[in-house]
Amino acid sequence: MMLDPGRTDVWIAIVVMTVVTVASRLGGYWLMGYVPVTPRIRRMLNALPGSIIIAAIAPVVLNGGAVVIFAIAAAIGVTVIKRNDFLAVMTGMGVAALARAIGFSG
Amino acid sequence: MSSPATSSPAHWTREGLIQGARSVFPVVPGTLAFGMAFGALCAQKKFTLLEVQGFMGLVYGGMSQFVAVQSWPDVLTASSIATLALLTLTVNIRFFLMSATFRSWFGTLPAWQAYPPLLFITDAGWLLSLRYRERGGSDASYFLGGGLMLYAAWFVAALPGFFLAEQLANPKIYGLDLVFPAFFAALLVPAWRGRSSALPWLVAGGVALVVQQVLPGWWFIIVGSLSGAISAGLMSGNDDA
Repeated sequence: MMLDPGRTDVWIAIVVMTVVTVASRLGGYWLMGYVPVTPRIRRMLNALPGSIIIAAIAPVVLNGGAVVIFAIAAAIGVTVIKRNDFLAVMTGMGVAALARAIGFSG
Repeated sequence: MSSPATSSPAHWTREGLIQGARSVFPVVPGTLAFGMAFGALCAQKKFTLLEVQGFMGLVYGGMSQFVAVQSWPDVLTASSIATLALLTLTVNIRFFLMSATFRSWFGTLPAWQAYPPLLFITDAGWLLSLRYRERGGSDASYFLGGGLMLYAAWFVAALPGFFLAEQLANPKIYGLDLVFPAFFAALLVPAWRGRSSALPWLVAGGVALVVQQVLPGWWFIIVGSLSGAISAGLMSGNDDA
């Protein structure tokens, strides 16, 4: 079977997206080689994980409607009880799929 | 990465590599499902198989791939490629922040050992390594093992979706749009550090919501994240960090 190599302009776009993403992945580490880690910077770095998560999902969840909000709440509930990431993801997916199957939109 | 008092310098072990690869198992099914949905989307948009693998293997940023392909221009010009680049930047600049946190862990390694693993930064791999680090771990292989495992899973994930595009035309039926929000939400629970977390989280969420209303695109992620972190920096430092 011959594989279609694809279109040149699409590959240019893919390479450009790759360069941007690689620069993001390496740039923060590089920059921190020049920034002294004061207690203030340390507090900022410590707050990053929660901040990134919240900033990334809060708009998605709140605009997703009742089904998404309920599914995420279920995933968090499972995590608090079971501390199992896999179970949490499956619960979120399952609750949303089920709610949509029985006619809730969103 | 917060450096616990007990951490030894970064090093490499085979055991750490395996332990790290195992640590990401909980997200592998979700990663496969997410990649499959991407493959299906690309088939609908008439991308070729090799182009799809170019996204998977080179760009390697699930959310940015989705956003780019969903808003793919009909004709690629210099300016439409620049728009795609900007879109990718706004979605993936969070990797820059994640990468910054590795300095306190990998900083003692020579550059040729420290930089290559960072190419495998993902949300999940980063968050899991963060948890490992907070428990006193310092084996750099742990992060690399998880990174390689997730990369391998992602690299093959689009294939079934690409070939089964018809059946996956509406990924929402299967709740696939919940994979990442649910995983993020699950990792939010251990990220809570008591009352000192409340203000940065509220700021990050509030700013993200406002920015999402007033600015087009995906700026809300980076502006919200930075606002949360900066608010933590402005608080008086009486926490144990």
